[in-house]
Amino acid sequence: MKLRRVKAIAVKESLQIVRDPRSLMIALLIPLMQMFMLGYGINLDIKHIPLCTYDREMSQQSLGLLKRFEASRYFTLRKTAQDYAELTRDIDDSSCTIAIVIPAGFSQGLNDAGTGTVQALIDGTDSNTANIAANYARAVISGFSGDLQLQAIQRRGGTVQTLTPVDVQARVWFNENLESRNYIIPGIVALVMAIVGAQLTSLTIAREWERGTMELLVSTPVKPLELMLGKLLPYFAIGMLDAAICLALAVFWFDVPFRGTLATLLFTTSLFLIVVLCIGYYVSVSIRSQVGASQVALLLTMLPTILLSGFAFPIDQMPVFVQGITYLVSGRYYVTILKSVFLKGAGAVELAVPILCLALYAVALVVLAARSFRKTLD
Amino acid sequence: MNGSAGAAVEVDGLTKRFGTITAVDDLSFSVQPGEIFGLVGPDGAGKTTAMRMFASVMRPDAGSIVIDGIDVLAHPEKTKRHVSYMPQRFGLYEDLTVEENIRFYADLFEVPRKLWEARAQSMLVASDMTQFRQRLAGQLSGGMKQKLGLTCSLVHTPRVLLLDEPTTGVDPLSRREFWQILYSLRAEGVAMLISTAYLDEAERCDRLALLNRGTMMYCDTPAGLKSRMPGAMLEVASPEPRKVREVALALEGVQGVLLVGSGVHVNVDDGGRRSPQLAQALAGAGVQATHIEEVAPTIEDLFVALLEQNSEA
Repeated sequence: MKLRRVKAIAVKESLQIVRDPRSLMIALLIPLMQMFMLGYGINLDIKHIPLCTYDREMSQQSLGLLKRFEASRYFTLRKTAQDYAELTRDIDDSSCTIAIVIPAGFSQGLNDAGTGTVQALIDGTDSNTANIAANYARAVISGFSGDLQLQAIQRRGGTVQTLTPVDVQARVWFNENLESRNYIIPGIVALVMAIVGAQLTSLTIAREWERGTMELLVSTPVKPLELMLGKLLPYFAIGMLDAAICLALAVFWFDVPFRGTLATLLFTTSLFLIVVLCIGYYVSVSIRSQVGASQVALLLTMLPTILLSGFAFPIDQMPVFVQGITYLVSGRYYVTILKSVFLKGAGAVELAVPILCLALYAVALVVLAARSFRKTLD
Repeated sequence: MNGSAGAAVEVDGLTKRFGTITAVDDLSFSVQPGEIFGLVGPDGAGKTTAMRMFASVMRPDAGSIVIDGIDVLAHPEKTKRHVSYMPQRFGLYEDLTVEENIRFYADLFEVPRKLWEARAQSMLVASDMTQFRQRLAGQLSGGMKQKLGLTCSLVHTPRVLLLDEPTTGVDPLSRREFWQILYSLRAEGVAMLISTAYLDEAERCDRLALLNRGTMMYCDTPAGLKSRMPGAMLEVASPEPRKVREVALALEGVQGVLLVGSGVHVNVDDGGRRSPQLAQALAGAGVQATHIEEVAPTIEDLFVALLEQNSEA
């Protein structure tokens, strides 16, 4: 391998990048856009569930219960219905997810028999949200009934002794407020890097074929490895710049706590970047058309990283077979690393396994990409 | 380099198929150092495919190519150092300047800086392009692009130069400069293989191979090929060339008629006998003809005649 040829290719490629400001802008703006779109768009916390109430009693107690729903940050009161038909309509047109109906005789039952019944109607289309809404509603109601019991006892002049035989003292580590954003954003950084990295290189060989410059290039003594290194170097620089933009946004804009070291972050990011750049390069070599290569590169990086990297969907909840497949997705390792570096402050020692896997992945892809290029037209 | 040192290029039984089509069929010839060897033939004759195989950017299905004593098929990379290939389609980077392109190829061939700078300078002077050094290649005219292509392919002083239709779309002046460069290379002992669709250019080659549908029909010097021309060539000057052709074709002893810039070329079996007959026939049909004379055949005449002869056989 001759350094002079690697340099010649890298210089040539850089000149071409710089002389095409449109593509350079895209390379730097797209990650910015994607970070904002995905960072704000993906939120797994369920708050402010739209609520509709129908109070058939209008007693002090029924109003008291509904006030509690209104006060809860999990629910937002959208409407106070006057009859069942109105309620049904609201659930049908999705203007509310849950409806609470308080029947006539609610407070009488409470006072006489010590038990009252409340009806909750829940839109089960999105089963996850429905489940959460039902649980939140149960929590609000059990709080209400606890207070009622307390009042009843106090009224009788009794002393209050709440008895909880076993108490769980739960403390959440790493993501203390259980904000989904804190673990989603590092995943999004990985996703954006995967997409942009492969896009950057997916055009580089295909462009030479399309513009007719490849025929001359393959007639020179340049070696496939020299060509690959020369082509990847400038894109590696751009990719690292993109990574810096994404990571800075994560920390300074989205306020994701960063507890690890910059060295671990940069090292692992370089490894992942090498992987995705090589994916793009390999596709570019194989497809020979810019549009086609760009599409395939997008498909190869975006889908697995979204679905199988564990960035939003927990891997341990997947069927065993699918879990096996996730080991083939490079994003899986980088997402694991990023989440740990960001939230746990993990270093290279704790992350030895995923880092090693990512490094192996990078080596394998460098070899694959280097071997894929044949200096022939047929 | 002297001529007795052996052939610069030796091609033997070269064959390339694309599916059921045989693009190049059993091609064999050799080119000496300091020789300009032309590949001539209509579109689809297999010229470009052959060139690509010589440049070892395409692998043949059968046959062998030896360049400078090195087997190209066994060591494709080894020969690339001494060979320069200029593809038919402009292969340089349009978004790089003239100088950047030259430098890029000099780097790929590892030419020492002093050497390529001097060489590029003299080439740019010879092709009258020094003032365009900083211009983007994409903004050059067709002729200048080709001259830049030639400059780039010569920075590493190749021993064999492969030019695939280098002057297509090039203005006559640039073409002349182009050929002057080729002649000076010939004097340096560079072996050149040039494919062309321009038959006046074919005439400038030392030897010619006539290709048709992948097969080499003839291979000789231009003069040698002309001597194979059957019969004689009569040139008819007339304002109505199409009518002349009509009349001539109906005549006995006429083997072919070709419209050329200066009139009509009629290929006849015997010039002395057919010339008055043709004049008579033209007069009889009322077609104006200012004069009829026997001329030496051009490569174009020859080419058409040989192709026709071949398709009849």
